[in-house]
Amino acid sequence: MEMPAADTRVMARTSEIVAALRAVLPADAVIDDPAETRAYECDALTAYRCPPLAAILPRSTAEVAAALKVCHDLGVPVVPRGSGTSLAGGALPTADSVILGVARMNRVIEVDYDDRFIRVEAGRTNLSVTGAVEADGFFYAPDPSSQLACAIAGNVAMNSGGAHCLKYGVTTNNLLGVTLVTMAGEVIEIGGAHMDAGGLDLLGLICGSEGQLGVVTEATLRILPKPEGARPVLIGFTSNEVAGACVADIIKAGVLPVAIEFMDRPCIRATEDFAHAGYPDCEALLIVEVEGAEAEIDEQLGLIRQIAMRHDPVEFREAASEEEARKIWLGRKSAFGAMGQINDYMCLDGTIPVSSLPHVLRRIGEMSREFGLDVGNVFHAGDGNMHPLILYNANTPGDLERCEAFGAEILKLCVEVGGCLTGEHGVGIEKRDLMGVQYAPADLEAQMRVKDVFDPAWLLNPAKVFPLAASAGRRGV
Amino acid sequence: MDHNESRVVKVTEERELAEAIREATGPLRIRGGGTRTVGRVVEGVDLDVSGLNGIGLYEPGALTLVAGAGTPLAEVEVALAAEGQRLAFEPADWRGLLGTGGAPTLGGMVAANVSGPRRVQAGACRDALLGVRFVDGSGTVVKNGGRVMKNVTGYDLVKLMAGSWGTLGVLSEVSLKVLPAPEAAAVLVLAGLDPAAAVGAMTAALRSPYDVTGAAHGPWGTLLRIEGFAGSVDYRAGRLAGVLAPFGEVRVERDGAAVAALWRAVRDVAPFHGGDGAVWRVSLRPSDAPGFLAALGRNGIGADAVMDWGGGLVWTRVPDTGDAGEAVIRAETRARGGHATLMRASAGTRARVAPFPPEPAAVAALSAGLRARFDPRGILNPGLMG
Repeated sequence: MEMPAADTRVMARTSEIVAALRAVLPADAVIDDPAETRAYECDALTAYRCPPLAAILPRSTAEVAAALKVCHDLGVPVVPRGSGTSLAGGALPTADSVILGVARMNRVIEVDYDDRFIRVEAGRTNLSVTGAVEADGFFYAPDPSSQLACAIAGNVAMNSGGAHCLKYGVTTNNLLGVTLVTMAGEVIEIGGAHMDAGGLDLLGLICGSEGQLGVVTEATLRILPKPEGARPVLIGFTSNEVAGACVADIIKAGVLPVAIEFMDRPCIRATEDFAHAGYPDCEALLIVEVEGAEAEIDEQLGLIRQIAMRHDPVEFREAASEEEARKIWLGRKSAFGAMGQINDYMCLDGTIPVSSLPHVLRRIGEMSREFGLDVGNVFHAGDGNMHPLILYNANTPGDLERCEAFGAEILKLCVEVGGCLTGEHGVGIEKRDLMGVQYAPADLEAQMRVKDVFDPAWLLNPAKVFPLAASAGRRGV
Repeated sequence: MDHNESRVVKVTEERELAEAIREATGPLRIRGGGTRTVGRVVEGVDLDVSGLNGIGLYEPGALTLVAGAGTPLAEVEVALAAEGQRLAFEPADWRGLLGTGGAPTLGGMVAANVSGPRRVQAGACRDALLGVRFVDGSGTVVKNGGRVMKNVTGYDLVKLMAGSWGTLGVLSEVSLKVLPAPEAAAVLVLAGLDPAAAVGAMTAALRSPYDVTGAAHGPWGTLLRIEGFAGSVDYRAGRLAGVLAPFGEVRVERDGAAVAALWRAVRDVAPFHGGDGAVWRVSLRPSDAPGFLAALGRNGIGADAVMDWGGGLVWTRVPDTGDAGEAVIRAETRARGGHATLMRASAGTRARVAPFPPEPAAVAALSAGLRARFDPRGILNPGLMG
């Protein structure tokens, strides 16, 4: 993966740029000491690092607007950053860019239970949105694994999902409005506490645009009343194929669980060694969670049991208590950490039609042997959002490159069977150069035209999403 | 009739659609089933895309369906019903409301982002739209999204196309997420509530954990719908009746056909079928609906109203004279945050009154910029959205 060379004309004006930012922001909001800017050199895709020219941490929409206007007028690229948890390099800076972090903007602005929304500043973490309303029986549905740390700003930028989106949808389905600051420093309100757009659906366009159209400083989010209860079951199977077939049968039967999670043997083994959740020793397992009152849960789980039994499970374990429910989720929730204990890993995010699960899992197994790298699969099976974790050793020369090549082959396979490169992590830099696998040049051109409208000079997060060769002319290269 | 056979271009393949747009020398009026005659009247050659029809892929186990944009909605609904599935967003049929004939198509439904009562719980048409293929104003075929549930690969032009009324591109194919149809449904009915009490009751229901899938108010009374497995519907209907008890006597309707008929009437705004009058569709914060209607009442309009989405959607019928209530309705909507669209009016009124809500300057500039880039010659339903 390459990033464009820093623009020396911008670098040469570093002190002028920092001074101009200091003129419109409080002293503690502008960071240019190299020892401190290093904190912003990468996000959760840690294989790639580059300290920015400066980092700014505004406290208000007005400060964001003032800072963006300065950068716009001076022609300085800006990389917006929420909490820096992107797995796709969405917040990776270039040396000639200013990181604009919204972490200090984390207030709750308004909560309205009658109209069922919350309005927050975009730096607020995902989990603390639910935290602000759960005492009153409400929750915010999208729940990415990083929800303790990740910011709503990043969730909106990447259109983040989570384990429970089979029932509740992803960020875009739960977003009612945003305050957007354009690169030129203009503050625009899109949407609000009402539903749907009166004109073109700009909100739908902004969500998932990876910080390339504007900086979101506030968001109005739909909140939902908490269900009366929830209960998971764990079902073990003799093969990936059988587990995949069971997923399709559950969905076809008319049950809509809130989550259907899938783990294969390598992942089960790793999490058992790490978390001791007491998982069965089997080829594949599903964790299926349903919601409702006790009797409703019994009814749904009864149906799921019937379906599962047709697939000769090696185990069907229903949580009989809070503690047992916690143990069922424990292994799944520690899966990434467990794999990380074994080695460095790269986490992919391709999504496939559920019907292709067995075929794709088999092919990944074959490719794992071809590339000589182990892979574990743990993912949201209900919606086909795979998360193959490829293990490699960062200290072994050539291993990262081999891992990336393997990852690219898996993603190509996802597209080949009718799926996509990324289901919830975003393109960033990680999948940028694979965009041509999924989209024809005209498809990418149509998307880049949108950026032309919002950010004609291509200063916002410019080296992401689109293959560098495709965006070169627009980036002034 | 303002057009004749010689001014109709009919296409049956995406390639022909692209060719027709490339070769167009003037404005095109995009036509699927011709049932959704909303917006400024467009003068131009009819581009009939109803020939782009047929279900290309339907995988019940993956909850996805892909079909040509000209596919009749009825054909899709029959195919889904055979597998016990449905379009969860409950697309409305506006023929009765708008006095149109023809057969609603998938493309028209998407282009107008048509949702029904279940929008409040299951999301809008745009939320169920997984992918699109369309031809832009230059005649270039573009695809975006796909046919999987989760997809954040590049910008979401899928959402942009939903509700763009054919002004950014002409849809050739759409992919939709479908959902299981429930085993049972019940509706709880309260009689005699004024708008404020009705919104109070609907809010209490929607704040409860009983997963209400419809909350409407009109000549039928105040309606709350529960759907799911039979045992679960019985349980939740019982609990919800308790929640609603402070608002009056609750009648529970469990007959499947009667429940379906009631919600079809809500979905299609049956009280305004036939007759005279202009009809507005207003999106608001639900709690603002009673105040909004009261404000209209002070101006002598708004008595004729239906509320859906727990109050978040207000349909109101006003005399089709002068500005058809535009000044009052827009001012009262703007004051609360929301938007109003003139859905039905005579051609004369639609020429005088902008049917779509005016946008603030900064937003209007973005919309205009998008139109200029997707349709540089300004030939796709030009002016329809104002």
